[in-house]
Formats: sequence, structure tokens, C-alpha cells
Amino acid sequence: MALLPDGMARVRFGESELTISLALVESAAPGDYVLAHSGFAITKLDREEAEATLALWREMEEAAGA
Amino acid sequence: MKYVDEYRDQRLARGLLARLHAAARGLRRPVRIMEICGGHTVALCRAGIHAVLPPNVRVVSGPGCPVCVTPRETVDQALWLVEQPGVVLFSFGDMLRVHGARGTLGAHAGRDGRVRIMYSPLQAVEYAAAHPACTCVMLAVGFETTAPALAAAVISAAERGLKNFRLLSAGKQTPPAMRALLRDPDVCLDGFIAPGHVTTVIGAKAYQFIDEEFGKPCVVAGFEVCDLLDALVRVVTHLAAGTHAVEIEYTRSATWAGNEKAQAIMAQVFEPCEARWRGLGSIPASGYAVNKAYASFDVTQTMNVPQLASDDPPGCRCGDVLRGICTPPECPLFGAACTPDHAAGPCMVSSEGSCAAYYSCGVRGERREEQRVEQGGDHRGERQ
Repeated sequence: MALLPDGMARVRFGESELTISLALVESAAPGDYVLAHSGFAITKLDREEAEATLALWREMEEAAGA
Repeated sequence: MKYVDEYRDQRLARGLLARLHAAARGLRRPVRIMEICGGHTVALCRAGIHAVLPPNVRVVSGPGCPVCVTPRETVDQALWLVEQPGVVLFSFGDMLRVHGARGTLGAHAGRDGRVRIMYSPLQAVEYAAAHPACTCVMLAVGFETTAPALAAAVISAAERGLKNFRLLSAGKQTPPAMRALLRDPDVCLDGFIAPGHVTTVIGAKAYQFIDEEFGKPCVVAGFEVCDLLDALVRVVTHLAAGTHAVEIEYTRSATWAGNEKAQAIMAQVFEPCEARWRGLGSIPASGYAVNKAYASFDVTQTMNVPQLASDDPPGCRCGDVLRGICTPPECPLFGAACTPDHAAGPCMVSSEGSCAAYYSCGVRGERREEQRVEQGGDHRGERQ
């Protein structure tokens, strides 16, 4: 993500790039993952929670497969 | 893509599916669970989940596609607006192919530039600023995910002193529709999978009534196959145990309180109003009306937009599909008189519509026995 003037940002989305507004989120900085909807970031992805969910599933899978 | 691919991991999905089958063995009767998000419908269809569900768990799609729930009269109002002198109408792309009584907005798009597609409402604001002689109207459909963006666009237009920017406000609120469905004797639901992005904005607290007033489980889910399977495991586990609660599976994005900044921006511009939904009729406090402070940005308060009533195409069962009482293949038009290229009803028009998702992914029935056996869902997950 690169910050632009007027609360806008340029974000990478897969192989492409989009210009979105950051008006609906409290803070977002380069390196953050944001969820974008109709041209606006609606939240910053919680990376700790994202990893915790995956870790829990992996743990259950290992327990079931053991 | 990071934080997408991991949640589609087949090995993890198989493990969760096995847990779903194990949990379903604890059910004393068959259950019906509804998701109300076009993104969920598409993800379930793409992964072929309907075919591998336990036989006593049915997952139905509800009114989760913003294009599909928009009643035909809104399309007719938009068609009326583009015929008025000086009006340029901005719309999200899918709305252009929905039929009103007198054709589609798409027919105007290529012809005279009076209908323009936007991906962000701010594009409509920019156009209004650059074309002061035009009246720039935004066809404002969408759920709570889109409403803050629409509100932010109105605030931006007000701050820039634009006098030629308007909304045709037709947005919808999800929890009142869930309440209407729970009260509908034809629908009979045991639990909900709640939409992840709507909840990111409004917070899971908005579903507390489902737990407290109706005694049903409701789990907020993300958009990948593992998210949906995990949410189904949680709902079915509650149903088997006879318990209920509001839970969040999609913790990487949704919280109990939601995005309070977005909520404040919505409240600055909109107030709840009774709204008509396709298939569900009129639901109290389920729409977004532009409030008094921003009345000059409401096209229905600045122009005499007619209230037009028109019927759905004959045979089209979009209304029943949206209530989850008819699956897309059960509609007589499905796949014959109604396909994505020649759609009769809106559920086949939008890529997020249930009919389009079922058609594109080849889901023709609820369940395919041979696939369920092949995937071996029943034989694993004994540790649950």
C-alpha cells in the first residue's frame, strides 16, 4: 500500500492495483492488509487472528490424523 | 494471495468436513441453516459443499445478494431518472442487466453515456464536480458493507459544496431481514451463517436478538471454504447440544462492536426506514433513508420520482429463492428460459445471485450421493 493525498491509498490486489479511500478506517499504513469494498477500506485485517485461526485448524487436523 | 489461499487448503477443508459429519451425527432431526451473503453462496457452490453435506444438514441461501433483493420498482425509478433532462446515473455494474418494466439500464449505457458504471461512489462525486451542468444521481444499492461508502461520498460532496450530486437511496440492512425470515412460517430456519463483511461494519452485536429472542445459533463466517465449514461445524454443534449463541469465526476481520468509525459516518447521513425487498416485501427499519441534514442529496426529495409498481416476469421464483424456500434448480425457468446470458430474474443476473452461482458451478440438485461417498466425509473425524 502506498499512501496518496486526501486520505486515499494505492493498494495491491493480487496482480493488479487499486486506488481506495481510507476514510472508513482509523489507521492504515504501508504493509497492512486491508479489506476493500466499493472503493473503500472497511477494515484492517487482524494478522494475529488470521494466523490463530489457521493454527487451530492445523492443530485439529493433526490431532484427527494422528 | 496471502490470507486467501491458506483458507482454501484442501487438507484443512477435509478435516473440517469430517468434523461437520461427526457433529451432525448428534442431531435428533434434520436442520436447515441459512447463509445470507452472495459471497458465501458463491464460495459454497464453487467448492461443491452442497453435495458433500451430511444428509441431515441443509444449507440454503437467503437474501444476501444486493442486486437480487433490490425490488423491480427501484430499477424502474432509475430508468425514469435517466430519461429526465440533464441526469447522469451512476450504478454498480450488475444493476445494469436487471430488467425493469421498460428494459434495462444497460441499454442506455452504451448509447448516450447517461448511465455510467462506478466501482467507487467517489467516482460519481468526481464526475459531479467536473460536470456542474449535469445532475449526477447514484443508484445506491447495497448492504451495510456499501452504505458507509455511500455515506462517505455524500459527506465528500457536501464538503466540496456540490449542488448536483444525489442518491437514489435503496440500500438494505441485513438484521431486520433475518428477523423477518425467522418470523416467516414458510421459511423454518434452525440457524444462521452471518455475512463476514456486513458484520465487519456493524459488529456481531447486531445479531444478539437471534440468540436472545429466537434461541437460535448464528455464526459470522469468512468467505473461504474452510471458514464456511468451520462456521457450519459450530452451528451444528450448537443445534446438536440444544444450545445457541452468537459466535465469530471470521475473527481476522469481524468483531463484536464492528467498525465504529464507519457506523458513525453512516449515522451522519442515513436513518433507518421501512424498505421493500424483492421476495420479502416491506420490512420495517430495513432501509437507508437520507436524513434531514442531507436532504438536498436525496433525489426523491429534489425531484418528483414516481413510485412505480411492476410485476416480476411470469414463472420467475427469485422471491422464493431469496427466502430459501426454493432452490434455484427448482425454478421452472432455471437453466432454460433463464441463464446468466439471458437472465429473467435478478438472482441469475448478479454473479453473487444464488441462481447464477448454482448455474455457473453446475449445482443442479441439493446433493449428489456418489460424490459424498467418494469424499469419504462420513468415515473420519471420530475424535470430535
